[in-house]
Order: sequence, then structure tokens, then C-alpha cells
Amino acid sequence: MAWEVVIGLETHVQLLTKTKQFSGASTAFGAEPNTQACEVSIALPGVLPVLNKQSVECAIKFGLAIEAEIAPRSVFARKNYFYPDLPKGYQISQYELPVVGKGHLTIQVGNEEKTVRITRAHLEEDAGKSVHGAQEGMSGIDLNRAGTPLLEIVTEPDMRSAAEAVAYAKKLHELVQWIGICDGNMQEGSFRCDVNVSVRPKGSDKLGTRREIKNLNSFKFMQQAIEYETQWQIDTLEDGGKIEQATVLFNPDTGETRAMRSKEEANDYRYFPDPDLLPLEVTEADKTRVKAGMPELPEAMKGRFESNFGLSAYDAATLTASRDVADYFVATVNAGAETKPAANWILGAVSAKLNADEKSIAHSPVSAAQLASLLKRISDNTISNNAAKQVFEAMWAGEGEVDSIIEAKGLKQVSDSGAIEAIIDEVLAANTAMVAEFKSGKEKAFNALVGQCMKASKGKANPAQVNELLKKKLSA
Amino acid sequence: MSQVINNSLKQLGQMLASKQISSVELTQEYLRRIDALNPDINAYITLDKDKTLAQAKAADARIAAGKAEVLTGIPIAQKDIFCAQGWRTTCGSHMLENFIAPYDAYVIKQFDAAGAVNLGKTNMDEFAMGSSNETSYFGGVKNPWDRSRVPGGSSGGSAAAVAARLCAAATGTDTGGSIRQPASLCGFTGLKPTYGLVSRYGMIAFASSLDQAGPMAKSAEDCALMLNIMAGFDEKDSTSVNRPKEDYTRDLNKPLQGLRIGLPKEYFADGLEANVGAVVQAAIEEYKKLGAEIVDISLPNTQLSIPVYYVIAPAEASSNLSRYDGVRYGHRAKEYTDLMDMYCKTRAEGFGAEVKRRILIGTYVLSAGYYDAYYLKAQQIRRLIAQDFTEAFKQCDVIMGPAAPSTAFKIGEKADDPVAMYLQDIYTIAVNLAGLPGMSIPAGFSNGLPVGLQIIGNYFDEARMLNVGHAYQQVTDWHTRMPEGI
Repeated sequence: MAWEVVIGLETHVQLLTKTKQFSGASTAFGAEPNTQACEVSIALPGVLPVLNKQSVECAIKFGLAIEAEIAPRSVFARKNYFYPDLPKGYQISQYELPVVGKGHLTIQVGNEEKTVRITRAHLEEDAGKSVHGAQEGMSGIDLNRAGTPLLEIVTEPDMRSAAEAVAYAKKLHELVQWIGICDGNMQEGSFRCDVNVSVRPKGSDKLGTRREIKNLNSFKFMQQAIEYETQWQIDTLEDGGKIEQATVLFNPDTGETRAMRSKEEANDYRYFPDPDLLPLEVTEADKTRVKAGMPELPEAMKGRFESNFGLSAYDAATLTASRDVADYFVATVNAGAETKPAANWILGAVSAKLNADEKSIAHSPVSAAQLASLLKRISDNTISNNAAKQVFEAMWAGEGEVDSIIEAKGLKQVSDSGAIEAIIDEVLAANTAMVAEFKSGKEKAFNALVGQCMKASKGKANPAQVNELLKKKLSA
Repeated sequence: MSQVINNSLKQLGQMLASKQISSVELTQEYLRRIDALNPDINAYITLDKDKTLAQAKAADARIAAGKAEVLTGIPIAQKDIFCAQGWRTTCGSHMLENFIAPYDAYVIKQFDAAGAVNLGKTNMDEFAMGSSNETSYFGGVKNPWDRSRVPGGSSGGSAAAVAARLCAAATGTDTGGSIRQPASLCGFTGLKPTYGLVSRYGMIAFASSLDQAGPMAKSAEDCALMLNIMAGFDEKDSTSVNRPKEDYTRDLNKPLQGLRIGLPKEYFADGLEANVGAVVQAAIEEYKKLGAEIVDISLPNTQLSIPVYYVIAPAEASSNLSRYDGVRYGHRAKEYTDLMDMYCKTRAEGFGAEVKRRILIGTYVLSAGYYDAYYLKAQQIRRLIAQDFTEAFKQCDVIMGPAAPSTAFKIGEKADDPVAMYLQDIYTIAVNLAGLPGMSIPAGFSNGLPVGLQIIGNYFDEARMLNVGHAYQQVTDWHTRMPEGI
């Protein structure tokens, strides 16, 4: 039987705020345990939550970025359950009325575009951490993370392959960084995905029973986990088994998923509106104000690159796949570079070097300004494209600025026609056989002669000039 | 010195300012009285004489420096529901028996800033759940008017302390009547302000949408001075209302000519003790003499207020009390096999029977499948109850009636009958559900036991209510009467 996998994602995005969702404690990562746990974080008797306005702005930004309905009035609710790292015995979240409603995100898988519907996004607070093994026979609790602002983003079950799910997650990952609401650091848990996976016979419009893979913190693991889980579900069904709704964990060492708890043990969270917090109201004016502070969104920028700069759809998409790449490109153009060569160099030489050195473009050894000045030396015929590659390598290695490198390496192009003519004359005299071939109609011989001239000039002759002068001499 | 304890806060302030008495002397007088009477009355859970006297000394220095405010140097009793830095703060529970608060509640900060002296932490029903103070882990409190009787609850310790003159004034909190019912049973003036007027920060939560702190004192004037300290916007409490500071003494002496008093027929129906009703009627006659007009009104949903309250308050409480899990502070069971066992034993040992009953009710009404029928329905009726008052206030300026259906009852009389106990709050609970201000003032006696008159005002109309209370206290002396043997 042919099977179809159906995937939906819930992503916890840690918001880039200085302080926690409901208190003034710092959210900085990596501090000594419990040094960032104020009286509210540890839920002392009598403390009360106060909503972080910055996190609300983050939620509005996200809503605007996915063209979602932003609720004029949303409500914080308590999700009640006992766990040692949950100090209040409840998590403040949003349940019936989330701040961000239906929206969408367009992803690219291969050459196909696909729209993933986003069901909702809501504000909530993170829990602390249990620390095991620090003390014999005891568990420790670190509440530094307790109360950290999260935006939970939930999709419809719109994805049909691991590749689509990963493409969505990557796109979302870039978007939240693009609009500046998340640092995107997956190792530190700033961006965590739960993936709901079910399978059904191809052609069926009924959803199968889903299992939820929890807490995936890398795209590679996500791909592996979904592939494993999909195959496991198909095998189970083909062997006559039944899928039980469950929460599963992915083990990166074995590449397998395993059930953590079954539905039978599921909690009744007893959600109810938190009486300590007023409903969250977002006005049109709030939205307008937040929008004014937002950067141009990737889709808009991509369109602009195509229509204004004449870039191909592919190049425009690649340049706007990440905010850092787009910023680098725009900075290069703003520093005076022509758009097409800038795009070619960034997607070519720069990307290749970054990949080889495992560096991000934000930490590129060659800055956008340096790249622009290099491109300027190509366009004003100071150096050839080939020489430019050497200059680029030298700049990457930290050998200095464009002009000093050209100078030091003697890469300046010869554009003095007298000097070039002298070289051509020498080459023609030394290669009479080739000249004869050309004159007998073999066009290829011309290119060989150009090559000889460039070689004789040690690559410094202006190739266009060589072409032109050579043509003139041969037809004379 | 025996005279001093009957003095109003204003008089005490004048004596301190004119150096007739020092704050240390005044404080020592109260501490002496506490030493003598508290072992029997049990109004205080925690005393810390060193801390108290240090504050008194500081107040004397402040007075000497000419920087005194109205309450500087005056000893105030604090209900043990308010976190006060360095003070044991138990909330009447074994769960917090050894909890030393590491921070100050907003209310405590306000009194500290005013230079008032914290005399000690007063007894209360466990987590403010009770109407007789009998649910306190630290033992019941005796009513100073008849020590075989309860003082009311949950602010029973503060109530007994005010009535027995074991403090100049006290703080209380009122979730369903916990200031007004004990004020009625112990014969003093207690005010529950409009919800949101006094910050709840640092006040240990029982039912967050109903809890409100307020003053408990000998007179309306004293309550006004106390409220001046307690009220104020606090950005740490999202439900605190941001409005300009008021002087609650400003209207105390306004004439009552033309005041429209609404009498809800439901407050004078079955369930009200005849003697109590008679005292309340007599008080209303007094108001007529002061120029007030009587308007007959109806609050048709009154009888629904108790069932609604006993869904909403336990629901919120069940969640609010989840933090007492033995992990970070408070009681933890000595021996346990695993995490679940630790939770179960800790909470089984740490909470008393009434608290457990309400956690169970609250957990039940919030459970999947019951939420709509109980919690959601209760919230809908809550709006109807508030609507009753909105309609009523179109016809009158204040509403009057009894604060409690009976006088103080015998210790143990209702302890095993939760429903009879819950009915104690029949006249007070609707006010909390609506978020309105309510007050009880001494209106006379029935068989030697005090009876309170309840005054309910419109939102943020505390100044008028205090005026109404004060005017009555200018022409009557019920509020100056003292129990014998104190």
C-alpha cells in the first residue's frame, strides 16, 4: 500500500527579551544555578506576575510577519500540573484566546513553493530545569530559566515529508531571527520543535493517530526522527498493529524514537483564566507602532531584488533566506557595488569560503565594504576577474585592503594599448602556425592566441583590450 | 496609661508628636498587654519584640527629627498573611510554620514607609479559609467579648487584637467577608476596599479575584487614616487600579442630609437572627435622624452568591496553593519514596482539613468535563450578581444591612458543619464577587454580644462610606465600648 505522512509542528521560540515573561529577573543564558531566580521566579508566597511588554511586541511582530490575525483581546490562562521545575505548580500560558491567530508561511522544497498554515501563536513562560547527579541520591532544581518568555507557534498538519517539515522549521528559524525576536540558538534551547507525525493510506482524507516527537533541537535530528518515526508507523500498520497516541523522544545515538508516556497518563491541566493578569489588549495603534519598527520582510525584499535589481528568482530567494546574508548583500550594494556581480560573488566565492571555514556570514573575514571595493576594481578595469580571486583570497587571509594587495602582488591590469600591442606582436611572431590556422578559418585558433597573449602578460593584460587589438592586427 | 489604649489614631499621633509619650513607651504598653492577654486570647501567632522595639526607636528618632507622618510610631498588628521581611509568615498553616519571608508585601512597605511599628503577626484561619478562626494551625482565637465564642474569621487574630486593645489598629484581608464578619462579631470598624485599591503583592493568595486587604480599627476615622497608608497603585500587581491617591478623611464630616440608603429585602429575610435584625433596624432609624432617606431595593441573586463563591474561590485556591509542594520552601515530609510520594505526604501533612476540602472542590470544578457546568457557569452568575448592585446603585448611594446573620457563636459550634459555617458569609460574599467596597461598624449589642451594621458602597466610594460610618459614630458610642476583663 502507498502511505502518506502527515506532519504538524509546535515550536517553542524563546523571545529575545532582557527580562522574564512575568518578572524583572534576567533571561541571560548560562549563569550559576538559581542566580537569576527572583522572588517571582521561585514562586514565593504572595508574589504576582506582571506581563513583559517587550514579549508582547515580539508576538505582534511575529503575527505581522506571517500575516496573521492579531487578537485585540487575548487571555492568559493557568495550565496546572505538578513538577519540581515548575515552581508555581502551574504554567502561565494562553489557551482559548491566543494573541496571534491564523497566519501562514511559504516554504520552498526543491523547486516547489508550498504554503504552511499556522494555526496560532501564543505567549507563555518556560519552566526551570531539573539537574540530576550533582549530588548523590538527590536532584537539583535550577530556576534560572523558569519564567523565560516563549512564543509557541503551532501549524496545521500541512507537511507531507520530513523535507517539508525541515524546510518549514528552517524558514521559521530564519524568520524569527530576521524580525529580531529570537537569537535562534538551538543548542541553548532558544528554538525547540515538537513534531506531530501520523501516516495514512495515500488518497485518504482521514488523519491517522499521531505521535508527538518532543524537543528536537537540530534540523538534522528532526529529519532523522521524522524519517524513522514515519517508517516505524508504516511498519507497525503493515504488520497489522495499531498506533497509540503517544509522546516520543528521539535518541540521536540510535536514531530511533521511543514512547515516553501514553495518552492514558495524560494530565488534565485544568486550564482557567489567570485571575492575576488582565486580558492582553492589542490596539490598531500598537500594531502600527510595532510595524514601523520592523525590518523589511524576506518576501518583500526578495520581490524587490528581482524587480529592482534584476536578480533571478533563485538568487533573490537565496540572498533573502537569511537576514545576515541579505544584510551583507545590501551593505555591499550600498557601498557602491553593482547588484549582479555582488550577488554572484556572495553566492559564489563568499559562500564557498564560509562553508569551507564553517563561518557565518556575520563573521565573514571579508566585510561587505571590502567586497564592494574589490568589485569596484574589477568594474574599473584595475584588475581582471582572475586577479580579483587572488585578491579575495588574500583579503580572507587578512593580508590587508584591496588596493594594497593589488599593489603588493602586482596584479594591476595592463591597459596601455602600446604595451599590449607589443605583447601581441611578440606572440604573433612566435606563433605563425596558429596565425595561419586562424587565417584558414579555424576560429579556435583565435582563443589560443588570446591565451598566449594573457600568458605573456602574466595575466595582467586587459582581456577585452587584448581581444580587440588582436582582432585588429589579424584582420590587417 | 489605661486611657491610651482607647485613644484614636489621631489622638495617639498627637501625643507622640507632643512627646507626651514615646513610641517605645506606647509599644511597650501594648507588648505588656499582649503578654498578659494573648496566652488566653491567642490573637498573635508571632511576636518579635526586638524587631518591634527597634522600629519604635526608629520612629521616636523620626519624630524627634520632625519627620513624623500621621501613623509614625503607632503600633499596628499585621495579619499573618502579609510577607514581612525577616518575619515568620505562616498564613495560619503548618505548611509555612517555619517560613521566614525574604521580602515585604506592598502593604508592609507602606506601613514601614509611614513609620508605623509592626507589633506582630496575627492569627488567622489557615490560608484565610474559614469564618471562625478555628482552622488555624496555631489554634483558635477567643472572642474578647465572650471567650467561649469565636471572633469570626478569617482575620480572627486581628479582630480580637483590635477588640481587646492589643494593638492600636490592625490589617486584615477579606475574600468573602473576612474583615467585615469578624468586625461585626468583635464590635469594631472594618473596611474591605474596592477590589484593586490595595495591592495584593506579598499578600499570600487565597482566591486572587476576590482577595482584598483592608483596615480593622476602632472607628471609621481610624480606618480612613489606615486606608490612606494602604491604598495606592502598585505596578507589581496587575490588578491594582491606577488612580490618583485620595485622602479618605476628606469627607468624614460631611452632613448626611439627603443620603439615599438602599435596604435590600434579601438581607432582612430568613436566616437573619431576629435580635441582630432589630439592632440593624435601630441603626437605620438613627440614620433617618441624620437626614438619610430609605430606599427599598432588591439584590435578587443574593442567594446564589454562596454557591458561586464556593466554586470560584476554591478553583482559584486549588491553583494558588499548588506552589506548596515541599520543593523550595515550607514544610516537606521527612520520609518519602519518590517524587509523587513526597508531594502527597508533604501536602497531606502540611494542609489542614478545610484547606484540603477547598483544594478538592476547586480541582473538581476545574476538571475537564466539569469546567463548563461549574466554573464557567459560576463566572456567568458572578456577572449577574455584580449587575444586581449596578442596578441598585442607580437608586441609592449606599446599601445597608447586617454584616453577619448572627452574633459570635460558640467555639466548636459550627466546626463540623461546613455549610452552616459558609452561611456566615451570606451578606458579605456578594460584595467580593462584585468587587465592591464593604464595611462593618458597631451598631449595638444582642445579649451582650456586638452586632455590626454593613455599609456597601459603589466602586471607589470609600470616602463616602467612611463619612457615613463616621457620622453615625459621632452620635452613638457603640464603637467606644470595650469588653470586660481586658
